[in-house]
Amino acid sequence: MPVKHVKDVPVWQRREPLKQYAIWAGWMLGGMLFLLCWKVISDNTIWEFMYDAGTQAGSLLGRMVPPDWSITGSLMMPLWDTINIATVGTALGILIAFPLAFLAARNTTPHPALRALALGIIVSSRSINALIWAMLLVTIVGPGIFAGMLAIALRSIGFVGKLLYEAIEEIHPTPVEALSSTGASRTQVLAYAVWPQILPAFAGISVYRWDINIREATTLGLVGAGGIGLQMNAAINNLAWAQVATVFVLIFATVIVSEWVSAKVRHAVI
Amino acid sequence: MSSAGTGSASPSALEQQRIAHARQGRWRPLPLVRSQHWRWFINLSVLLYVVLAWLSIDVNWSRVAQGMERGQDFVGAFLRPDFTSRGGEILTGLWESLTMTFTATVIGVALAIPVGLGAARNIAPMPVYFFCRAIIAITRTFQEIIIAILFVTMFGFGPLAGVFTLAFATIGFMAKLLAEDIEDTQKEPLEAIRATGGGWLQWINYAVQPQVMPRLIGLSLYRLDINFRESAVIGIVGAGGIGATLNTSINRYDYDTSAAILLLIIVIVLMSEYLSGYVRKWTQ
Repeated sequence: MPVKHVKDVPVWQRREPLKQYAIWAGWMLGGMLFLLCWKVISDNTIWEFMYDAGTQAGSLLGRMVPPDWSITGSLMMPLWDTINIATVGTALGILIAFPLAFLAARNTTPHPALRALALGIIVSSRSINALIWAMLLVTIVGPGIFAGMLAIALRSIGFVGKLLYEAIEEIHPTPVEALSSTGASRTQVLAYAVWPQILPAFAGISVYRWDINIREATTLGLVGAGGIGLQMNAAINNLAWAQVATVFVLIFATVIVSEWVSAKVRHAVI
Repeated sequence: MSSAGTGSASPSALEQQRIAHARQGRWRPLPLVRSQHWRWFINLSVLLYVVLAWLSIDVNWSRVAQGMERGQDFVGAFLRPDFTSRGGEILTGLWESLTMTFTATVIGVALAIPVGLGAARNIAPMPVYFFCRAIIAITRTFQEIIIAILFVTMFGFGPLAGVFTLAFATIGFMAKLLAEDIEDTQKEPLEAIRATGGGWLQWINYAVQPQVMPRLIGLSLYRLDINFRESAVIGIVGAGGIGATLNTSINRYDYDTSAAILLLIIVIVLMSEYLSGYVRKWTQ
C-alpha cells in the first residue's frame, strides 16, 4: 500500500508516486492537445457570428413555436416512404450481410483470402455514413427513395455483418463437432448446428439496425434520397421554421415508436 | 418467439406427427412459430407489406441505366484514387475533421459525466433523475445532421457549429451508457465509503469512479471513432470538416477525389479501431 510519511505520520496514498506522476503527465499532454485543437477551431471560426447566437437561437425558437400543424396530412406519404426506405433497406442489407458474415467468421470461412475480402467489405461499408452513400447513389441512380433504400442497405451490410460474424465466432463448437461426426455435409452443419445458435443474435441485430435505420432514413432527403427529409429540406430552405418544427415532432414520434418496437422484439428474442 | 405458438394443433399431436415423418426419413426441424395459422398470417402480412412497399418505389429505369456508367466510374475510381490534385483541400479538411472530433469528444464527455451521474437511479434523487433522463432523450433522438443544421443557423458556418453538434450528440450517447454502467455497480464499495463518513465527492471518486472507469475509457474511444465518421457528414450542411470537400467532389462527379477521401476515412477508422481495441485491453 502506498504510504507517504509526513512528520513520521503515515498518510495513505491512492497510488505509488511514479504512477501518480505518469497520470498527471498524461492529463497535461491531453490538455495541451485539447488546447491546440481548440486553437485550430477558433482560428477557423468567425467569432462575430457568435456574438448574436443567443438572439439567433431565441428568434429561431420563436418562429418554431407553435408548429404549423396544417401540413401534417401532406407529411403522411413522405413518412410512409421513410419507413419503407428503412425497412426495405434493412432487408436488402441483411440479405447481403448474411452470407458475408459466414465468409468473415473464422470458424466458417472456406478460405482465409475470402475472409480478408469479406472483412474489407464490412469495414468499408461501416466506415461510410448512410448519408454519404446516399449522396453517391443519387448521382448514380437519380434522386428518389430507391437511392435511399440502396444507401441504407449499403450502410447496414457492415453493421449487421460485423455483429453477426462476431456472433458466429462465439458459438459453441460441440454441436458442430457432433453433426460433423455423423457425416453431415457443410451446408447441413451450417443449417442445423450453427444457424440455431445465432438465431436470437441475428433477430436482435436486425431489429436494432432497423431502429437505427428509421432515424437515418429521416435525414436522407437532405441529399435528395426521398422520405420526410425532402419536406424538411424544403421547409428549411424556405425558412419556414414552423413547418420544420412539425417535421421534427413527427420524426420524434416515429423514432420513439420504432425504439419501443425494437426494444420489445429484442426483449422477446434474447 | 414461442410466445406466439399458442394455436390449434396441440404440441403432443404435432410431436407425434413429426416423429412419424422422421421414421419415414422426412425429419424436419421444429418450426419457429408453432401454430400454422400464425405462420400463415405472418407470411401473408410480410407478402402484403412487400407488395405495398414495392408499389411505393418509383424507379426510373432509364435514369438508372444512364447512371450505370457513373456507377462504373465510381467503382473504378477506387482503383485509381486521386490524392494529389485536390491534396491541399483534402489535408485541410481532414485536419479540421480530426481537431473537431477530438475537441467535441472532450467537451461532450466532460458534459456527459455530470448528466450520467444524475441519470443513474442508485445515486441521484428523483427530480434530478428525471431532468437528466429528459436531456438524454432529447439529445439522442435527432440525427447529428439535423442538429448541425440548427447550430449552423445559430453560430454561422464553420467548424465551431460542428464541434457543438458532435458534443451535443456525445452527451446523450455517453450519459445513457454511463448511467447504465453506474446502475450496474456493486453496492458494497458504495456503502463502505459512506460508512467511513466520506463526503459526496469522495464517495463518487473512491467508490463509483474506479468501478466505471474502464468502461468510460472504452466508450469515450468508441465515441471518438463515431464522431470522426459523423464529422465527415455534417460538413454537407456547412459545419466544417472533410464533409464539405467530399460533397463538392461528389457533386462535380470527381469520383477519383471522392474515392481518395473515402479511402482515407476508412483507413483512419480502421486505425482508431485497432488503437481502441489495444487501449481497452490495457485498461481492463
